[in-house]
Amino acid sequence: MTTAVPDEKGVEALVAQEPVAATAKRALSSPWASLTAIIIAVVWTLPTFGLLVTSFRPEGDIKTSGWWSAFITSTPWKNWTLANYDQVLNGSDTNLSTYFINSIIITVPSVLIPISIAVMAAYAFAWMKFPGRDFLFVAVFALQIVPIQVTMIPLLKLYVNQGFAGSEAPGGGFYTIWLSHSIFALPLAIYLLHNFMSQIPGELIESARVDGAAHVQIFTRIMLPLMAPAIAAFGIFQFLWVWNDLLVALVFGGGSLEVSPLTVRLAELSGTRGNDWFLLSAGAFVSLIVPLIVFLSLQRYFVRGLLAGSVKG
Amino acid sequence: MRSRKTRRGMAVTAALVSAGLVLAGCGGSDDDKGSGEASGKSPGEGKAECAQLTQFGDLSGKDVTVYTSIVAPEDKPHIDSWKVFEDCTGADVKYEGSKEFETQLQVRVQSGNPPDIAYIPQPGLLQTLVGTGKVVEAPDTVAANVDKWFGEDWRSYGSVDGKLYAAPLGANVKSFVWYSPKMFADNGWEIPTTWDDMLALSDTIAATGIKPWCAGIESGEATGWPATDWLEDVLLRSVGPDVYDQWVAHEIPFNDPKVVESLDNVGAILKNDKYVNGGIGDVSSIATTAFQDGGLPILEGKCAMHRQASFYAANWDEGTDVSENGQVFAFYLPPMGDEFGSPVLGGGEFVAAFSDAPEVQAFQTYLSSDQWANEKAKATPNGGWVSANTGLDIANLASPVDKLSGEILQNPDAVFRFDGSDMMPGEVGAGSFWKEMTNWITGESTQDALDNIEASWP
Repeated sequence: MTTAVPDEKGVEALVAQEPVAATAKRALSSPWASLTAIIIAVVWTLPTFGLLVTSFRPEGDIKTSGWWSAFITSTPWKNWTLANYDQVLNGSDTNLSTYFINSIIITVPSVLIPISIAVMAAYAFAWMKFPGRDFLFVAVFALQIVPIQVTMIPLLKLYVNQGFAGSEAPGGGFYTIWLSHSIFALPLAIYLLHNFMSQIPGELIESARVDGAAHVQIFTRIMLPLMAPAIAAFGIFQFLWVWNDLLVALVFGGGSLEVSPLTVRLAELSGTRGNDWFLLSAGAFVSLIVPLIVFLSLQRYFVRGLLAGSVKG
Repeated sequence: MRSRKTRRGMAVTAALVSAGLVLAGCGGSDDDKGSGEASGKSPGEGKAECAQLTQFGDLSGKDVTVYTSIVAPEDKPHIDSWKVFEDCTGADVKYEGSKEFETQLQVRVQSGNPPDIAYIPQPGLLQTLVGTGKVVEAPDTVAANVDKWFGEDWRSYGSVDGKLYAAPLGANVKSFVWYSPKMFADNGWEIPTTWDDMLALSDTIAATGIKPWCAGIESGEATGWPATDWLEDVLLRSVGPDVYDQWVAHEIPFNDPKVVESLDNVGAILKNDKYVNGGIGDVSSIATTAFQDGGLPILEGKCAMHRQASFYAANWDEGTDVSENGQVFAFYLPPMGDEFGSPVLGGGEFVAAFSDAPEVQAFQTYLSSDQWANEKAKATPNGGWVSANTGLDIANLASPVDKLSGEILQNPDAVFRFDGSDMMPGEVGAGSFWKEMTNWITGESTQDALDNIEASWP
């Protein structure tokens, strides 16, 4: 049954494939489509561009006029200044580079730990048979529904009782941030990687078994190479999430600014009563740089991983 | 080929993870903190400035963690002002400021991870925290300092059920009207000394085509708070401090006829199309203008007066001359009669402790002394800080506005009252009061607005 149906449709699809591709190509390269794409791109980029322009304007100008007036005054470029960036970088008594390094120290393990655990868990859920597997998988899947805000006070209590949090915490408080990020990331990571891994044809694994490979070898020699795009895609997701996170760092890293990431500094940038809000545009661009570099350099994997996860099989 | 590469990747991963764990282990601090008797010879023994602190003994190597809502750059003067304490006792003060202070403090207290010291900006929050049982009562040395240097009213704001928990720290004066001395001088306008004079002046200014008042009450989720200050200031002036206290404590209803009358008095300015909103727009623009920007049209000469607290000084563009004969300055919002003296509406912070360790008590003692108040004033070269501590030498304050605030706070005729919305239950003081005042600005009637707030009182 299952083979007969695709046969007919498969032939049709084969015949139709060429014209479909051509139609798509024609539709996408029509001048109207291009125009629409350009308009969308411009509309989407305009606020960011405005933010960029604002970040170079002096305080008084930002507070009294819109960013476009930087171009319509009689002397458009004269007032532009780097003072905002200077204040963002050097304005606090703790050097910004401390926060920057903290962000990296927090982010790297918070990405690696959940990925290393999730890949192995996903393999077990996808290709190992053990009692209670489906139940466990549904349980892990269901954990995604728990909002992290609900877990905060109980989790922090647990950390405090175990001596992980507070001013005398081991690791200066980084353990709790890593642990928390890993805890919050695991359900989604396992679910995503499991879905991807179960799409890999069973014949591959069977043939490996015939060749005498055990689980460890199948995992390291077959699964990991095939999983690279999916791992990279999830890695980027997790990286961006952790890099931009304020809540977890604030709650679990509490106790000292020595373990605070960049986002904490950004949140305080506007000053005690919000009177320095003009600094926020410059601050936004400082914090944007690293995610931008990571995203652009891994974009290849990002797109491939998304496609692989959804279309494959 | 590929598999080997992957395996190398795995090894790198593993190495990175373990390196991270090892590194983090190195960063661990291992100082122990325990409450105990004063022991050892204090490093400040024999120095005059340490007289009050030597009784706590040698505190070298001890840490005091401080958590506040004050962030950079305003935190620097605070940290600088603790140098005397650190030199005298040998203890180390660790500072953390966060704009999420109010929520985060409660999270930390609930989870058993409170800081040693917290600066609490609202008596209402102090009551909530004392209710958790985690706040430690102020030691005798602090109580003695508070009795000596602060008025009875300030002591009561730091007390819950008659027990002193938190000594007052900084203060701010909200009964100020910002104006441009230059603009006033050029036009021959005089600073009004009575409420009626002020309205007469407003009419004079309105006749010249300038809208005399400007205001902005937008402040994110706290939108509306500047308007609540208006109502409190006017209420304090028209019915006096005793009725004001009853109103704050909800002994008279929120929509009492006297309150309705006061809000109508506010409306005579804020909802008067002839008076507002100078340089910005019409009445409804008050609701959408950020409070930080509300007074800026004064600098452009498009608005003459802006009622806002002393801390608004920080909102003027850097380089603005904020002084009696400069570009902007503030005058005291005039009283409505002689009956109640000079009512002053204001706010301030209080020092609550979550530990009774000697280093924490020593720090509380230091913060409540006149010595600290003067150190802090000297450590704040750019101004923006004042205290109600009567031991504070006004000459040590840096900016003219701070000096003016200090004089008002220390004036024996002044009747100080804390910002009422900070003392009301959160549902009202940080909820319906803000919201209904915003609705009131955008068209709701006075009676409806106050009725709605009364209905929301828990």
